[in-house]
Amino acid sequence: MAVASDRIRATAIDATEFPDLARAYRVMAVPKVVLNDRVQFEGALPEPDFVAAVLRAASVDGH
Amino acid sequence: MHAMAFMNVQTLSEVRKQFARLRDPVTLVVFSQALEAADRCLQTERLARELAELSDRIRVEVLNPAIDRERAQAYGVDRVPAIVVEGARDYGIRFYGVPAGYEFGPLVDAIVAVSRGEAELAPATREALATLGADVDIKVFSTPT
Repeated sequence: MAVASDRIRATAIDATEFPDLARAYRVMAVPKVVLNDRVQFEGALPEPDFVAAVLRAASVDGH
Repeated sequence: MHAMAFMNVQTLSEVRKQFARLRDPVTLVVFSQALEAADRCLQTERLARELAELSDRIRVEVLNPAIDRERAQAYGVDRVPAIVVEGARDYGIRFYGVPAGYEFGPLVDAIVAVSRGEAELAPATREALATLGADVDIKVFSTPT
């Protein structure tokens, strides 16, 4: 998605190697996805649901 | 130590198949700092070099964030080990930690995507992303195994 849109950047973080980040983002299960430090979900979502979450994160930020 | 320590024969052949699709050059910018996390930084450097050995389109640049401060700042990298996957431009893709476990597949996918300048997404996804009115930062937490 980061390649598809200039507005998106994507960071993969190893929760075990960076326990401080895992704590800060309350990672209880992996994979965990956090969008704009606000919208979050655990587990792998189907692509349309993931996109919906991305759009939600963008609109939360825009308003 | 064997030269191909991270990838077994099967993985090697899978990755080669993926890398046959590479188009533009890709740079894996590895941020490594012996004083911070020597072992994990070394593993990340080695993994990046192993990937680069599989394609002449991939090159590896190793930077030390304590020395190459401006570059680290420009990339927004504040931890090690880190890999920036850069193609014709910086698409904002970063990997923090040794990408050897669940992150290995996504790393290979990211290399292919930035090299081709296109992501393998459904048309509906592309259309939706084109409407984005604000920046979105995606963080994906995973574990090594």
